[in-house]
Amino acid sequence: MQVNLKILRYNPEIDSKAHFETYTVEAEPTDRVLDALNEVKWTRDGTLTYRRSCAHGVCGSDAMRINGRNALACKLLIQDVGDSMTIEPLMGFRVIKDLVIDMDQFWENYKKIKPFLINDDQAPAGRERLQSQEEREVFDDTTKCIMCAACTTACPITWTNDKWVGPAAIVAAHRFIYDSRDQGQDERLNILNDRSGVWRCRTVFNCTDACPRDIKVTRAIEQVKRTMLYDNM
Amino acid sequence: MLNIYRGREGMISWALHRLTGLGVLLFLLIHIADIYVINYGPEAFDELLFIYHNPFFRAMEVLLVAALYYHGLNGLRIIAIDFWDRAVLYQRQLFWAVVIAFFVTFIPTAILMLRPVLWAN
Repeated sequence: MQVNLKILRYNPEIDSKAHFETYTVEAEPTDRVLDALNEVKWTRDGTLTYRRSCAHGVCGSDAMRINGRNALACKLLIQDVGDSMTIEPLMGFRVIKDLVIDMDQFWENYKKIKPFLINDDQAPAGRERLQSQEEREVFDDTTKCIMCAACTTACPITWTNDKWVGPAAIVAAHRFIYDSRDQGQDERLNILNDRSGVWRCRTVFNCTDACPRDIKVTRAIEQVKRTMLYDNM
Repeated sequence: MLNIYRGREGMISWALHRLTGLGVLLFLLIHIADIYVINYGPEAFDELLFIYHNPFFRAMEVLLVAALYYHGLNGLRIIAIDFWDRAVLYQRQLFWAVVIAFFVTFIPTAILMLRPVLWAN
């Protein structure tokens, strides 16, 4: 089938502002959007720039706005989008070139919540720190995050507020806050208990809708809010 | 914003919540101003009340009621989402429940409010 891709292009060395360019390529309905993009890059215009790495929905490199909604180009099938699509970079961060955005702030926010195990106790000799299936279940959903930024850049707060920690960082925090092996709960809750922390969330649910891993992002944020609220009561 | 990101029910409910919130705030500011006129005596205040009998203002009042109803009903949805874990999973259905409850309450109110104006004309 013939697929029309209308892609928002921006080359900082030539363009003063972004503009759309349309390409028509041959693709199978069961191809992914990424295949169509590759077809454009490999046979039409080698200057088209986008991030991709594993191409199988695991590395989280190729999140972009496809027909107005964030998705991974490598997970979205052409038959689910149709034969005509508009592809734009993620919103809220500076565009470096074409579909590549500057993720520095995103990673800063991620680092801020201390995304690593905090436990000063000596690990049991010769074995892991054990936890029950029930203890693991509590934060199972948020372990699935691949840091693709689809959630954070779908959030209207991100578009207008550069201090907002963003859903992805809260998901990462959630993964450790509710981990029975972790001792950094208070530390992380303190970081997120802020105007630009979880309380900035307006439950828009764009993050949950955008997540390619089907993480219930808003639910995780609301759980963190309630933990703060009830633990202080 | 709505034309650049194609959000679903959650985003639509949030945008409407903002819009109606700002609308109600605008009315509140006007209302503080008109109540302030009472300082100049009951006659001055009564004189000012003519604006509320103006058909245009009556139409605006109907819009105000619409904004209050939506903002209040969606506010209940947000409270449910904030305090009840399962509500998060049904936020989309809750939004449509808000929309239905809005029309069920707003349409009779609008008829009651507009009837005198429409009759007078």
